[in-house]
Formats: sequence, structure tokens, C-alpha cells
Amino acid sequence: MERDSTTPPAWRFRPMGEAAVLLEGQPALLANRYVVALTAALEERVIPGIEALVPGVSSLLVRFDPLTVDASEVEVALGKLLDHMEPPAPAQARVVTIPVRYGGACGPDLEAVAELTGLSVREVVAEHCRAVYHVLTVGFAPGFPYIGPLGTALTIPRRQTPRAAVAPGSVALAAGLTGIYPAQLPGGWHLIGRTPVRLFNPANTPPAFLMPGDRVRFEPLADGITP
Amino acid sequence: MTLALRVLRPGMLTTVQDLGRPEAQHYGVPVGGAMDRFALIAANRLVSNPIGAAALELTAGGCAFELLAALMVAITGAELNITLDGEPLPTWTTIFARSGQSLELTERSQPWGARAYLAIAGGLDVPEMLGSRSTSLAGTFGGVEGRPLRAGDLLAVDMPRVDVLREAGRTWPAQARPPYSQLPTLRILPGPHSDLFDSATVAALLARAWQISSQSNRMGYRLEGGSLPNPPTSSIPSHGVVPGAIQIPPDGGPILLTADAQTTGGYPIIGVVVGADLPLAAQLLPGDQLRFDLTTVTEAVAAWKALKAWEATPLGDNGIVGLLAWAAALDLPLVD
Repeated sequence: MERDSTTPPAWRFRPMGEAAVLLEGQPALLANRYVVALTAALEERVIPGIEALVPGVSSLLVRFDPLTVDASEVEVALGKLLDHMEPPAPAQARVVTIPVRYGGACGPDLEAVAELTGLSVREVVAEHCRAVYHVLTVGFAPGFPYIGPLGTALTIPRRQTPRAAVAPGSVALAAGLTGIYPAQLPGGWHLIGRTPVRLFNPANTPPAFLMPGDRVRFEPLADGITP
Repeated sequence: MTLALRVLRPGMLTTVQDLGRPEAQHYGVPVGGAMDRFALIAANRLVSNPIGAAALELTAGGCAFELLAALMVAITGAELNITLDGEPLPTWTTIFARSGQSLELTERSQPWGARAYLAIAGGLDVPEMLGSRSTSLAGTFGGVEGRPLRAGDLLAVDMPRVDVLREAGRTWPAQARPPYSQLPTLRILPGPHSDLFDSATVAALLARAWQISSQSNRMGYRLEGGSLPNPPTSSIPSHGVVPGAIQIPPDGGPILLTADAQTTGGYPIIGVVVGADLPLAAQLLPGDQLRFDLTTVTEAVAAWKALKAWEATPLGDNGIVGLLAWAAALDLPLVD
């Protein structure tokens, strides 16, 4: 996520029914910075007919009223915004510290992750706590943050068999990202710990505790596995 | 605020719904709201509510309520057998009901129908959260404590009105409803990942009738009828999805996303059901069947425009004739 290039991402529009278009960018992490900035710009409602925005890691789904605008008009308008968008500066984001109780009953997959990565459990925890990450997007479930990118040492595929129910607060990793389950949900990521932080409260503004653009650091609690 | 209903039997799944919270998707909150938005809007209009007022979505009948006040109500959507104190009631009709009466909705009276909408003049009084009163089962908030209704629950209305008595007996015209049927053909547009599907896969999707599996809910319908040939195996980054999108996981069994679908997904999407045909999908239960047919954006927008025109269909009142008829039918004193 370093500002290592002035070349903007390559964008592509894909259709999503008569009332939405999906904007996708490559490479993913550079596109993520633009998606966060573009979402903020569009929340000013500069384009009539736009009804909802759903940012992904490297994409933005734009839902619109097809009786007001059509997809090509939305695409032209988004294209203009992107053309005039400076490469977003590294976000002057707040850094949120998430306390985590690693291992044991809180992190039933920690040992399996150690085995898969060839690290010890303490090294897995140290690696997970080492970097300050970015919240890339919020999706899947209310308040679920996609956080990353993880270093190559912790980049492993999803579990072969997803769990039917993951405990709320579970801190998990898969596919180069780490995330936190805000509620009891089905899930296929490896569970390495649990946080007492509440990630979603519909009475709060915003209701999601973490939002794209935030930065995140994990901190081990003393009564769990520590580095 | 006035108490309106006591739940005697909640049925399989009864929730408070309105038009959902499209603007909360970037918090990971599903759009939610009524599965059959057309029927919700019609029910609200029949009792002169704002179109997005909160109402009950009842799944497959099996429900009973005790009325706790004199109310104007309307029931639309699925054709269920409905009785008020044991007397049959019509659907898609404005009805005056009295305090103490018992309203029962049992099974289908037609070969189709899954979700009925019970609107009450004044609108259900539950707290608005993130711009909607709808129940978010995934977020466990909204509606009544974020959960399906239970026996004993009490529901209130904002402002019960019976001054719309002249409207009692008026009916939503049959020609201004979606063409609900036992085996609907849902029109689809090519999806965002058409390049990942070969023509044989698309042809197989369009060739057969698909059955809604028992593993279906408000998030989506798993479709049974065989696996599609050559499902894509490449993984794609998670991106925003819409209700109506048809995902094809690696096992080739299609999943039709519906109102409570998660906000983002990573399975390739072969096609998207046009908005005008989502009410038809909403009226199917596990075991029912559907078909898909390809359409064009022009036709999809025209169909959406037609649906919006039906939603705005003029509703007269029955005047003194309807009033007298209903007063007689209900043995109702015209003056209190």
C-alpha cells in the first residue's frame, strides 16, 4: 500500500442487472485506495439517480434508478471522477488497536495455522501483531472488516471445511487477509484468537466500528498466547 | 401509539419489513426489507399508508393474531386462506376489523404463494434503525428485537386510523399485479462475469426448470435440478452483489440471491434477474420451480417502468355503497 506508483489502476465496468454497475480495478491494493476515495466523493451525491454504493476490496458496486439514469451515463460520470482523481495520499487515518486473546479456546486454529505456515504459535502471533494494517472494506456481514494485506508468511488458503458457527469476536485469517467476525456467523477462515471489541452497533454512527481507510494494529492480551 | 395486534401463532417466519436499508450496505448490512416489495407497497397503499411503512411479512401461513383495536388492514402477496372470526376474507382488499376479532392466515389457496404482507393503517410502530424499521436477521436488530415474531408478541401502530372507512372493500385490480404463477419464468441479464462462462453453461441454465431447495431462506435460494457444466473454478475478489444475482459456486449448483443476501460475494455471477421479476421469485417456497430466460436491458427497464405504473394504480373508494355493504357484512354500527 506504499505510494510507489503514479500510474492509476486499470478500471473496468461490468454489468450487474439493469440497475447497477460494478467498477473493478487492478492492481487490487492500489485500486482499494481509489475505491475508498471515490466512495467518499460519491457520498456527496454528485450524480443524480445513484441510490447506493457497495465498496469491495478493489471494486465499487453502484446501484442506480434505471428510470433516472442508465448504466452508460453512470459509467461516464464515474470515469470523469476517476480521471480527475489525484492518486489518493496515504490516508491520514486513525490507528485502532484491537486487543486479542490468541490461541486456546479463543483461537482453535492457531496450531493448525502454525503447522501450515511452518512457524511456531508464538511466531504466528508475533507476525500477526507486527504490522499496522489497512481496513480494505466492510462486507459479508454487518461490521465485518476485511483487513490487510498480511505478509506472505501468514498467507494461507481458507479452511477446507467452513464452520457452521464462528463465535462473535473471532479474529481470523485467510487468503492474505485478516478479519473479525462481529456476530455468530458461518465462516471458512482460520480462527487464531478473539477480541472483546464490539464491531457492530446499529445505534452508533457509523454502526461499524472499523471503516475503510482506518488502520489497525493487533495487540496480544496477556492471558492468551503472546509472542 | 396504540396496541394493534397480539401474536397467537407466529407461523414459520413472520417478521416486520419495509423497503429495507439500501444505504447501509457499505457497513456490511444487507439491503433486507420485503422479499416481495410490490406486494408490500400494494398493502400499504390499500390502507393509505406511505408506501414504505412497516408491515408484517408472513411466510407460508400458519399464523393467527388477535386484534386489540379497530383497524383498517390489507393482506396482499401470497394467496393464503384468510379468515376473520372464522369468516373468509379476500386478499388484496381493504378490510375494517374490530377489536377482539381473530385474524387467521392458513395455507395457500392457489398453487403458488409464499409471502403475504399484512399492512395496518398507521404503520407498525417499531424503532427506525439505520433508516429502516425492517428486521435484519443477520444483524439481529430492527423490527421486533431483530428476530422473527413469537407467540405473545404485541405490536403497536403509530396512529391507527379508521377515518378511511369509506375505503373498506376496495380491491387492488388483478390486472395491475405481477403475473405470479406456479412456474414463473424469470428474465435475466448477463452477469458481471459472463466471460467466465461458456455458452454450454448458459444454455444449461436456461434449458431446465429449477427447484427451490430446502436450504433456502431470505438470503438466497439454492436451486436443484442438476449441476451446470464447466462451472468456473477461478477465484474472484469479493465485490458488492445485488438481490437477483445468480451465483455459480464450484459445484455448479446455482444460488439466487434474495433480499437478505450478504452485501459482498466471491462466487462468479452468471446472470442477474431483472428487478420487475423479483416479486415472482419471492412467491416461491422450497419445492416450487422456476425457469430463467435471457432478456435485454431495454426490456428490463420497460418491465420495471410497467411495475412502477402498477404500483401507482389508482384506487378509488367504494363510497356509500361499499360502506353499507361492509357495515352489513360485519354487523357494524355506522355510528358509535
